[in-house]
Amino acid sequence: MTAIETNSTMIASTSSNNSGLGIFGAISEWLTTTSHQRIGRLMVSISLLWTIAVVAVGLLLGVERISSSSDLIDATSVPQLFSIFRVGLIFGSMAPMALGISLAIVPMQIGSQVLAFARGALFGTYLWCFGMIIVAVSYIGNGGPGGGDRQMVDLFLIGMGVVIAGLLIVSASIATTALTSRRAGLTIVDAPIFVWSSLVTSISLILTLPVMAGALIYVAVDHSYERSTFGATDGVNAWIGWALTSPQIFLFAIPTLGVLAQIVATMTRGKQPLRGGLLIGVGLTSTALIGTVTQSFYSVQLDTQFADFAKSLLPFSMFNALPILGVLIVLGLCLLAMKNEKAKPSASFVLAFFGVGMVLTGMTGNLLLRITDLKLSNTVFDEAVLVYVGYGIILSLLGAIAHFGPRIWGRKMPTIPVIGLGLIGVLGVVLAALPYYIAGFTDQPAARTTGSLGDNSQIWNSIAATGQAIFLLFLVAFIGLVFKSASSGEIADEEIFETVSANS
Amino acid sequence: MSTSATALNAGPKTAMRRQSLVLSGLLSAASAMLMGSMLAIWLQFRANAPLRESSDGSKMLRDWLPENIKIPEVATNTMMMTIVITCIMVQWAVYASRRADSKHTTLALGVALLTQIAMINAQIAVYPQMDIGVRDSSYTTMFYAITATMTVLIVIGLAFTLVAMFRSIASRLNDHDLVVAHAVYWYSLTAIFAAMWLVVYVQK
Repeated sequence: MTAIETNSTMIASTSSNNSGLGIFGAISEWLTTTSHQRIGRLMVSISLLWTIAVVAVGLLLGVERISSSSDLIDATSVPQLFSIFRVGLIFGSMAPMALGISLAIVPMQIGSQVLAFARGALFGTYLWCFGMIIVAVSYIGNGGPGGGDRQMVDLFLIGMGVVIAGLLIVSASIATTALTSRRAGLTIVDAPIFVWSSLVTSISLILTLPVMAGALIYVAVDHSYERSTFGATDGVNAWIGWALTSPQIFLFAIPTLGVLAQIVATMTRGKQPLRGGLLIGVGLTSTALIGTVTQSFYSVQLDTQFADFAKSLLPFSMFNALPILGVLIVLGLCLLAMKNEKAKPSASFVLAFFGVGMVLTGMTGNLLLRITDLKLSNTVFDEAVLVYVGYGIILSLLGAIAHFGPRIWGRKMPTIPVIGLGLIGVLGVVLAALPYYIAGFTDQPAARTTGSLGDNSQIWNSIAATGQAIFLLFLVAFIGLVFKSASSGEIADEEIFETVSANS
Repeated sequence: MSTSATALNAGPKTAMRRQSLVLSGLLSAASAMLMGSMLAIWLQFRANAPLRESSDGSKMLRDWLPENIKIPEVATNTMMMTIVITCIMVQWAVYASRRADSKHTTLALGVALLTQIAMINAQIAVYPQMDIGVRDSSYTTMFYAITATMTVLIVIGLAFTLVAMFRSIASRLNDHDLVVAHAVYWYSLTAIFAAMWLVVYVQK
């Protein structure tokens, strides 16, 4: 079946009629907009800035790690930088970018002119943005988990609360749109797969972020009243740390599956065998939320009695392996669809496919991380999992921008530069993360830049820093390409406004 | 020549736009998860509290609720009953709204609003009666955190009631969905409050 998307050039032409408003009028119109495309673009743009900042921090830490005696960064700032890398990547980059793209695209795909509770979504976007500014200020003032300034740690906790509230409101708007604003006759099962993945992601966030908020409230009250029931400053990580690692971060990977399946559906003109399998695959990945809400890590020990092994195997498999199965199903079905001879190649496929591949590598790494016999926890292996999953998600979402962007601004993105940059991005992710997988087995400690860092650590850390630098360059170049294409790219033909949903 | 013409089949029915109801359901789910997580942490702390002898020495107790703290059960039980009354009122509003009876809808929502204010008043009254400080112990810190969060959820519900009532006063007769959405939120809030009441005020 075919879903006709709203032709945004018409919308753009009507909005260009408002050129008489002047610069302040135009800014004001953007800041108070109820257009789902503008709200989504606002959120994605700010999240891209955060992504650049976070990858720059990653690069800084990578360079600092090359020499174990380096003092490029003040020793007291190192834990704060590791923390801002994690918090910024998850709440400043991955989550808002995924939600922002959903805000811009979902109404178009279901034939709705408007977003449900658009003003709420705009308010949520501002809340998130304001919250992240508070979080950044608290880090600068030596706040954050384990920070030295008590008031700044309080500010960090408030900032995180505001960020969660903002993301929740945006998620609620997306879920309500997908559930209630579909054009007549379009069921949620028949809707394009990206809509389904956006719905699953938003509901997953609605169910998990309040759990984090609950822990945050206790910690904030405890901390601001100078109690130590929750471990004072050091307790912040202990109580909200689960939300900053796997399996919670797998939930942000769900839209990447939708992006890949959507691009493949467009390439193959909807000739998707076993479409129901795609829905199941996306759903299976969301099982990570069950592991998340229990606020625990489920590990398994191989060298133990069979009864103990069997007892821990079930939760271990459910919460660590099921999401992998979901990704494998989607990946397999997409490749199956690609066997179609009439498949029309797309540049964005490169980014989306390799992005999901990186996420899968990260999830597999997480599986190994939870096998206690391997003794990989508290090593850089854990950081590599985050980089693989986080950067993989970013790569895939940039693929979504390359795929859906022309439908919004009405201009094409050049094929060869997108493919070339995509491959550079993939190289960056692999170089930034893979060395830490290896270094994890040589017991290189996590979140440390000085002292004994394990065998050959200099080599692995140098390669990882190079990877971070390549990824940073890729990001800047890709964002530049997006701006250039949006402003002076080749005018897109009408064909791109017709999206073929992944129906067989 | 036949005079009958072959007409096209009617198009599919336009989707129901029950946005308020869906949003209310999502908000309720988020509230339940929020309070569920706080109650889970509460139960974990209570279960891990060390054992101590009771004041008469007859049994061992968990050293969780400090001996000098007395929970005013009249006020807390009244809160539980009041929220049930709120539920009845919001259901009355749904009933009246379905019949486009603006007067009764407004009246029901008005009474619900009063009961909600009474609940908040009762919660505020509980604090001075207990005469505890946030810093006093782990119990008091967590007690203030969980009850204040519940109160915030009730205040959100109160704001929802105000919106529904003002729209009813303005005779928005097509607002049945909003009144139903309002009722859904209050039903879920009642279930959440009942869980908190049982764990925090009854089992302590």
